[in-house]
Amino acid sequence: MSSTQQPPLSPQPVAEQQLPKEHYLNATYGIRSWLLTTDHKRIAILYLISVTFFFFVGGIFASLIRIHLLTPGGYLVTPETYNKLFTMHGVAMIFFFLIPSIPAVLGNFLIPIMVGAKDLAFPKINLLSWYIYLVGGAFVLYSFATGGLDTGWTFYTPLSSIYSNSAVTPAVIGIFINGFSSILTGLNFIITVHTMRAPGMTWFRLPLFVWAHYATSIIFILGTPVIAITLLLAGLERMFHMGFFNPAYGGDPILFQHLFWFYSHPAVYIMILPAMGVISEIIPTFARKPIFGYDFIAASSIGIAVIGFIVWAHHMFLTGQSTYSALAFSFLTFLVAVPSAVKVFNWTATLYKGSISFDTPMLYGLGFIGLFTIGGLTGLFLACLGLDIHLHDTYFVVAHFHYIMVGGAIMGYLGGIHFWWPKITGRLYPEYLARIAAITLFVGFNLTFFPQFILGYLGMPRRYHNYPPEYQVLNVMSTAGASILALGYLLPMIYLTWSMRYGKVAGKNPWPSTGLEWTTDSPPLTENFRETPVVDWEPYDFMHRPELGLLGATSKKPVPAHGDD
Amino acid sequence: MQSELPLYPEQASNFAPQVDGLVLFMIAVCAFFAVVICAAVIYFFFKYQRKHADEVGVPIHGDMRLEIAWIVLPFFLLMAMFGWGAVIYVDYRHTPNDTLDITVIGKQWMWKLQQPDGRREINELHVPVNRNVRLIMASEDVIHDFSVPAFRVKMDVVPGHYNTMWFRPTKPGKYHFFCSQYCGTNHAVMGGWVTVMEQDDYAKWLSGTTGSEDPIAVGQRLYNDLACATCHQPDGKGRGPSYNGVYGSHVKLADGSTVLMDDNYIRESILQPNAKIVAGYQPVMPSFQGQVTEDQIAALTAYIKSLKDQAPPGKPGAAESATGKK
Repeated sequence: MSSTQQPPLSPQPVAEQQLPKEHYLNATYGIRSWLLTTDHKRIAILYLISVTFFFFVGGIFASLIRIHLLTPGGYLVTPETYNKLFTMHGVAMIFFFLIPSIPAVLGNFLIPIMVGAKDLAFPKINLLSWYIYLVGGAFVLYSFATGGLDTGWTFYTPLSSIYSNSAVTPAVIGIFINGFSSILTGLNFIITVHTMRAPGMTWFRLPLFVWAHYATSIIFILGTPVIAITLLLAGLERMFHMGFFNPAYGGDPILFQHLFWFYSHPAVYIMILPAMGVISEIIPTFARKPIFGYDFIAASSIGIAVIGFIVWAHHMFLTGQSTYSALAFSFLTFLVAVPSAVKVFNWTATLYKGSISFDTPMLYGLGFIGLFTIGGLTGLFLACLGLDIHLHDTYFVVAHFHYIMVGGAIMGYLGGIHFWWPKITGRLYPEYLARIAAITLFVGFNLTFFPQFILGYLGMPRRYHNYPPEYQVLNVMSTAGASILALGYLLPMIYLTWSMRYGKVAGKNPWPSTGLEWTTDSPPLTENFRETPVVDWEPYDFMHRPELGLLGATSKKPVPAHGDD
Repeated sequence: MQSELPLYPEQASNFAPQVDGLVLFMIAVCAFFAVVICAAVIYFFFKYQRKHADEVGVPIHGDMRLEIAWIVLPFFLLMAMFGWGAVIYVDYRHTPNDTLDITVIGKQWMWKLQQPDGRREINELHVPVNRNVRLIMASEDVIHDFSVPAFRVKMDVVPGHYNTMWFRPTKPGKYHFFCSQYCGTNHAVMGGWVTVMEQDDYAKWLSGTTGSEDPIAVGQRLYNDLACATCHQPDGKGRGPSYNGVYGSHVKLADGSTVLMDDNYIRESILQPNAKIVAGYQPVMPSFQGQVTEDQIAALTAYIKSLKDQAPPGKPGAAESATGKK
């Protein structure tokens, strides 16, 4: 892949480098110092551990699903168990991994450092949000352990509120509680970005990662209350037979879907926007040039967040909604594709005349562009009224949203983890192993989910524990891919853990990159900076930053790689 | 049957070629963009690979013309997709007048289907080829969804109201139908076969049956058993309006608005009589929620529909004109 005669292009660890004497990891010791910490970086680590736990819970469910679907008859588990597996897979992954993953781990760690602050605006509330997450998670795990959950992660009524015999009540209480964790995190981010930027850090000098989280936070605080109250209503109907959604009590089952998707469609953007923010940091760093169309990428994040709120009923084209309403929601859904496309075009254009390296984060970044493009384009098929009738509730939908959420959000998350790992731990991971893992993930992912597009067009409905035999070939391909994918997830777990102790010391800025977070120690001090930083450079500017040491650290004016040809 | 690895389902209805045509267009446009993006990424990747460890890229910050181009051009393509999809969708939703109406009732976890002459089937549907068929669908419990991939049709079956969908089978054969909306434990086995028959075969199939009771007759008997007739007298002089000659017309309501007298209005009026009161009548009817099954509502509806050919009650006047029921 890369040429072997060249000296290592990057990163460039200095052999004798030492970790800084003092940093947030060794500032204090003991379990209390972690559980009662208000340091946003330590809270990020707490989140990292908890979301990783839920990722593995969800991942085990996913593996069992794929093994079960190897044969049309499905002999591994009973129908009840299968239904619980896909429901618990969805609930664990969406509410307890995907939604908090990038914001609560990377956002928590990085946003204060990126804006040049000592901490988030409300450090104690930040810790509180982690505890709320744990309490919500405990309720959900209790539901999983005492009867499981078989409603589908969408909790459609009246199945969830009346007919299901599984432990729905603790699950909806858990998700209700967990919602407050998101709301508090969003609030903290918005206020931090508004009030705690360092001198010189103007709005248009903010890293795009911060813009993406700002947009995400808007959705957190506007959307989350709706899902919380909706699930509470479903819970009340279940516990006290209040007639909100069940027609037998005078309720309307479609009302639930409106309320549910009013949050849960924007929630898709909660998952993907932060990943877009990560990619917007990775690509300029490893192309060593300013991002193409900063304003457009920043504005498109806000555009996606705003338009994302008025497309929810595209999940409901087949419920019997009026034709006019279907037309309006289809139109708006096509509209939200425009800002998404703008981002993809701008990232691609950023590569033009860059100085591109193959480092692991960049592999994730480029993988993200490809997978998000496929995920986004297949979304158009579902937005299209004439096609959605055939594709709705088939494996096409399953493939589409896994391309967005796994291909997009998780690739972005892993890319970000690799990119900022040296900052978080002060150490580098084994680069070649990491590249192999990234490529394994990319191959395994496509083999798992691409066949599902075809399955869906052939008409295989989702959430089926057995299926007609003509669908078997594609299902076997998908399961084969999933086993490769699983390996791709295990590898980083192993070498990242290993690197925390044995990895090479990274130094302040191993890539190098231009953000404020790379001007401080790795790992940073508890206060992030020794003195308040002053920002006098534009974002992603490599040309006027001699301290990055590019093209001769002494040279005041680095020379562009390709001239103006 | 098809090959081991088919790429699209059989085309067996009027909608199938339309949907497949649109999907080919979408694939072409999307594949074009996906290929352009991927080719650009790969090309740049190799062309602008870093040659020296300390080299930087050319500082290009953006280009307004390009930005406008890649906002406007995709916008028009998206609108083309939207428009084409909308045209097909309107066709899906616009039921022709001459349909063969089949009642479909979903319950955990089976489908009950009934032909217009009353013949019942479980998880099987027989329809004649080249005839417009309408499914009138209700659910006894949770939300289900009736889906026939070979016809490219699908519709949610929602408790509490009727959804309908129509199609015209174009090719005799046997095709899967599925429940597509997750509905609990045995969701995956809540399906069956649609058999499309030549029209003659269909007629023979129908006549060869021992004939279940005509739904209109069942409805009439229920109508008397439930004492509907006490108030809803044919001359409109009871406490409720007459049904004669009303089905399919617009009915004036007490609040001044009008409502189309259709299957959904009949079912709503049986279950929630006070929701829409016909002008000139009092909200005195009790609810039959929980007292009638979906089958019985369908039979009552069939009977009330059959009265549309009766002469409406004579004298003109708001209260007694040819208005609804209750």
